[in-house]
Amino acid sequence: MTIQLRNKTAIVGVGESDIGKVPHMTGLGLNAQAARRALDDAGLQVSDIDGLLTAYSFTEPYFMLGTVLCEYLGLKPGFCSAMIAGGATPAVMLGHAAAAIATGMATTVLVCTGENRATGLSRDDAVSALAAAVGHPYFELPYGPSIPGCYAMIARRYMHEYGISREQLAQVAVTTRRHASLHPNSHMKKPITIADVIDSKPIAAPLNILDCCLISDAAGAFIVTSAERARDCRRKPAYVLGVGERHTHEHILCAESLVHFGAEDSGKAAYAMAGLGPQDIDVAQLYDCFSIVPVIELEELGFCQPGEGGAFYAQGHADVGGKLPINTHGGMLSHAHAGATGGLLGIVEAVQQLRGGLGERQVEGAEVALVHNEGGVLSSHCTVIIANSPR
Amino acid sequence: MANESGYPAPVPNADSKPYWEAATREELVLKRCSSCGKHHFPPRHLCPACWSDKLEWTKSAGTGVVYTFTIMQRAPMPVFAQRVPYVVALVDLEEGPRMMANIVGDDALQTTVGERVHVCFEERAGGAKLPQFRRGTR
Ligand SMILES: [Zn+2]
Repeated sequence: MTIQLRNKTAIVGVGESDIGKVPHMTGLGLNAQAARRALDDAGLQVSDIDGLLTAYSFTEPYFMLGTVLCEYLGLKPGFCSAMIAGGATPAVMLGHAAAAIATGMATTVLVCTGENRATGLSRDDAVSALAAAVGHPYFELPYGPSIPGCYAMIARRYMHEYGISREQLAQVAVTTRRHASLHPNSHMKKPITIADVIDSKPIAAPLNILDCCLISDAAGAFIVTSAERARDCRRKPAYVLGVGERHTHEHILCAESLVHFGAEDSGKAAYAMAGLGPQDIDVAQLYDCFSIVPVIELEELGFCQPGEGGAFYAQGHADVGGKLPINTHGGMLSHAHAGATGGLLGIVEAVQQLRGGLGERQVEGAEVALVHNEGGVLSSHCTVIIANSPR
Repeated sequence: MANESGYPAPVPNADSKPYWEAATREELVLKRCSSCGKHHFPPRHLCPACWSDKLEWTKSAGTGVVYTFTIMQRAPMPVFAQRVPYVVALVDLEEGPRMMANIVGDDALQTTVGERVHVCFEERAGGAKLPQFRRGTR
């Protein structure tokens, strides 16, 4: 990114919809609920919003989702788009919102996304739709892969190169579930053990069902405005310090490596813009669509050496109270996942950690947070760094 | 392998028609760049390494190494349920490109990372054939 965004903008409001199985609401309705909660959180008026960014939906039959959402919400903004970078979209949208505000294209941007994926699609339909959306239509789908299957191939290669144990991989799901149990809005709160994960239903070896993210009804929203305006908002602003992206491939067959991905470069770009490094991060919300993914991201983002991500979790460093608490809301493995919503809820949680007062799941003294979103099969990466004061 | 209709059949387009035609003759072909010499896959209008559009179709040796694989225990589409458990692999061809395929054969579930495999062909609907791989060398 050529435009320097550090300290120019801040997230001033965040909201989550009702989460889990919410059959009485549409996907657009969930978006609206999250947006309303974010607006109230910020203490802003609807008339303050002059930009909207959203992602995509598998459950709603609309084409121009950005303008559809504006129509649904009664907005007529001068800046609007629906973006698709898979799971990376929320962090990408934060970068685009910050850039639009920094360049004067908008003053206050609502970013929201959500789907009723649990009740708006059958589980079979959800699995097929995802395979069709992410698998190469001509050169992968005839072979019957699935999204878990693709991530299982990544896990298998990682095991081959670094020898992570099945128990270490399972620990990611166990730690994340424990965090989810500390959040009032999580989809899955029942504690699990390493044995539960290893004995859970096989999906695509070496991954079992408890290594896989949830399928939820969920939406999330946040509001970005200039650092100047942010000072007048109701809540303590979360300043955007750095954003970095890297897009290396779309389909797994075109990934140059399945142990090294674009997260390293997106992280380096975000650190450079923020003027910070991994040692400055107090809490991280990493993309965790499957248990192997945060292990890889920890390494790519410089929090540990290649091959040490599994031990990082096993030694408790990722716990609240550990040296770098990860996915303190329960991530996509246990808090919620619905399309692009999973990554967005990581941003919501990062903002809430910086504000403080989260009780048992609060990371003491959290001043700087990192969020990493990825889309496809570790194809599109975006890293953002936010803090509770300008730096 | 017998024609197991119902499985997704190849869909040729302007980029891939010669690939699928060759597969029908039980040949694996790849696009090779006449400017930089690199093979690429899937086939494109230009070379993704140097953007030259001087490309030629070349016959692959049909041998490679398993980069990684999974054993699918839950099918992504109902038609694949009858195949479970089956192996989905990424195979690094001798010429360089990587492709996805099933490892087929009675010993497919014994697949390991790094082992050698060779191409074979599976009939799909309409007489189309899909490149697949078997363990070992021919
Ligand atoms: Zn070339």
